[in-house]
Amino acid sequence: MIYAGIDIGSSTAKAALIKKNRLLGTHVIPTGYNPLNAGITVFEAVLEKVGVSKIDITAIVSTGYGRASVNFADTAMTEIICHGTGAHFMNPDIRGIIDVGGQDSKAILLDKNGQVENFAMNDKCAAGTGRFIEVMANALEVELDQMGDFSLKADKPSKISSICTVFAESEVISMIAGLQKRENIIAGIHESAAARVAILAFKINIKEPVMMTGGVAKNKGMITALEKRLGFELIVGDFAQENGAIGAAVLASRL
Amino acid sequence: MPDKLSDKRKIKCAKKMRDIMTTYYLDAMTAEQNNKQVAWITSGGPVEPLVAMDIIPVYPENHGAMIGASKMGEDLCTKAEDMGYSSDLCSYARTDISCSVVKGGPIGGLPKPDMLICCNNICGTVLKWYEVQARFYKVPLFILDTPICHTRYSPEIAKYVRAQIDEYIVFLEKITKRNFDYEKMAQVGKLAYKSQMLWQKVLNTTARNPSPMSAFDAFFFLALIVTLRGTQIAVDFYKDLLEEMEQRIKDGISMVPNEKYRLLWDNLPIWYRLKWLSNKFSDHNACLVADTYTSAWCSAIKYTDENNFLDSIAEAYTRIYLNIGVDQMADQVLEMIKFYDINGLVMHSNRSCKPYSFGQMDIMKIVREKTNIPVLMIEADMVDPRNFSQSQVETRIDAFMEIIKQRNS
Repeated sequence: MIYAGIDIGSSTAKAALIKKNRLLGTHVIPTGYNPLNAGITVFEAVLEKVGVSKIDITAIVSTGYGRASVNFADTAMTEIICHGTGAHFMNPDIRGIIDVGGQDSKAILLDKNGQVENFAMNDKCAAGTGRFIEVMANALEVELDQMGDFSLKADKPSKISSICTVFAESEVISMIAGLQKRENIIAGIHESAAARVAILAFKINIKEPVMMTGGVAKNKGMITALEKRLGFELIVGDFAQENGAIGAAVLASRL
Repeated sequence: MPDKLSDKRKIKCAKKMRDIMTTYYLDAMTAEQNNKQVAWITSGGPVEPLVAMDIIPVYPENHGAMIGASKMGEDLCTKAEDMGYSSDLCSYARTDISCSVVKGGPIGGLPKPDMLICCNNICGTVLKWYEVQARFYKVPLFILDTPICHTRYSPEIAKYVRAQIDEYIVFLEKITKRNFDYEKMAQVGKLAYKSQMLWQKVLNTTARNPSPMSAFDAFFFLALIVTLRGTQIAVDFYKDLLEEMEQRIKDGISMVPNEKYRLLWDNLPIWYRLKWLSNKFSDHNACLVADTYTSAWCSAIKYTDENNFLDSIAEAYTRIYLNIGVDQMADQVLEMIKFYDINGLVMHSNRSCKPYSFGQMDIMKIVREKTNIPVLMIEADMVDPRNFSQSQVETRIDAFMEIIKQRNS
């Protein structure tokens, strides 16, 4: 019996298939403007990748901001429970999760059985989300996936004082004009975002070991900045971005 | 009230209440023709001396709630901002100030006041807000200053506030050019006490499982205890409402059809989203059975002496929920969690109401430590919908309910 999880986020759509506690495969595509289409496309792509067909799938759970749009899913669940379940599935020791996605960042506390004990999410503001980093990457003319490598070469991270994404962008532009090193500006951007995310972790008294999930987990510079701020190491798996979809698939197997 | 409400679940007293409120506002609107005076008063202010002097009390905050519920808040808030007021200012203050100028809102603005009564037991914003209105309407303003009782009600506070009650009476005598009627005051005091006791009893009925009404209903039925406290009308109405609740309990009629989870609400309602929120929780088989807001109009009743009303209200009005320390607020929340058998606490971090929202993080921590129930924080505003993000709130509520279901399975 194969189960599917589909996570429609604000910037990417993810799908995962599992069978008997084993991850069969995952797939990631940009969400675009139509969440239902993104759900169909990413689901079909993961089926093809794994080499199974729709009729082999016993149950589907959708999650993410577009969860209600996935009309072919059996049920929809929130990212919080899906990330919790996904992290526990990948590593049963995990007690804390920091998930930073496109428009959301959250900290989740799990109990020993992988059940969500508490969570905190960012307020109505893009500071500390993937979008914040994306806006800055555009201003700096750096590809998003290059941001991490750049910031690791910084010798003296710049100080970004604005919390607001729009004001921080103008601050970054004036730093570029002031000929500050791009590497240092990028490191400063990560430190600024990390400070916002760390607040969420402190709010719920997060417990180690902590796994970092969501698309931003692919950014090494952000991981470094977060670890510095939190004072402990983060565990980053190979499927950090797809973790919500994996959790959704596990929850589908429990329906 | 929820959309899907079947006729059986509808609370019959709702119509009576609407009629009473319509009459009340008509009386206030036509006060001048009837040679009556109108006083604007803050929601936590001592209204009983006004009733005793036959002055019609009008509540800008109740008006603000009406503006919010009729989804006219954004327009009026924007108008206040156009006048130069900050968007960080309380949305009740913003809508009241702009409404006075443009005569907007669901009832075309409030009747012009003859005097303003401002008690700062609910917040500090009311001081400047009422000063603005005193200048605008060119009417006298009385300020009753109630120091915050962080840990206790000291003899100094008692003396200070009690002296102001006398000044309040002198102020009223001066404006009405009539002597204060102490005999009538004693009667009004007894009625106020009675109506508060009845309101508390109505709220207590929701301790029953399933609950005969929800906090969303309490938000509605609250209007009379605020505006008509101290009158026979309020006493009669709450008697009827209590009777109806008791009958519902006997007949097994609940507000939420399959009530499984019982929640406690903290802070003011999100007036423009009552229906949406009520349906959202109802879909999860959850009922908001109680709240810290509507009980604020009877929580200090233990300090009121119905036979020595004027002396005792200094303490009763000073020790209300928003004028005490965070530890004492947390104690009240913990008491409610126990009394109403609560599965989860929903806190509204209200952009407008600073004294209510400040300290919520601490209360949240205390509740988690002492009860182990999940706590949800929703960021919004009571009247200004620009501070409400539906998809974010929805995800938080869904996740919160997932946790509650997990824990209770």
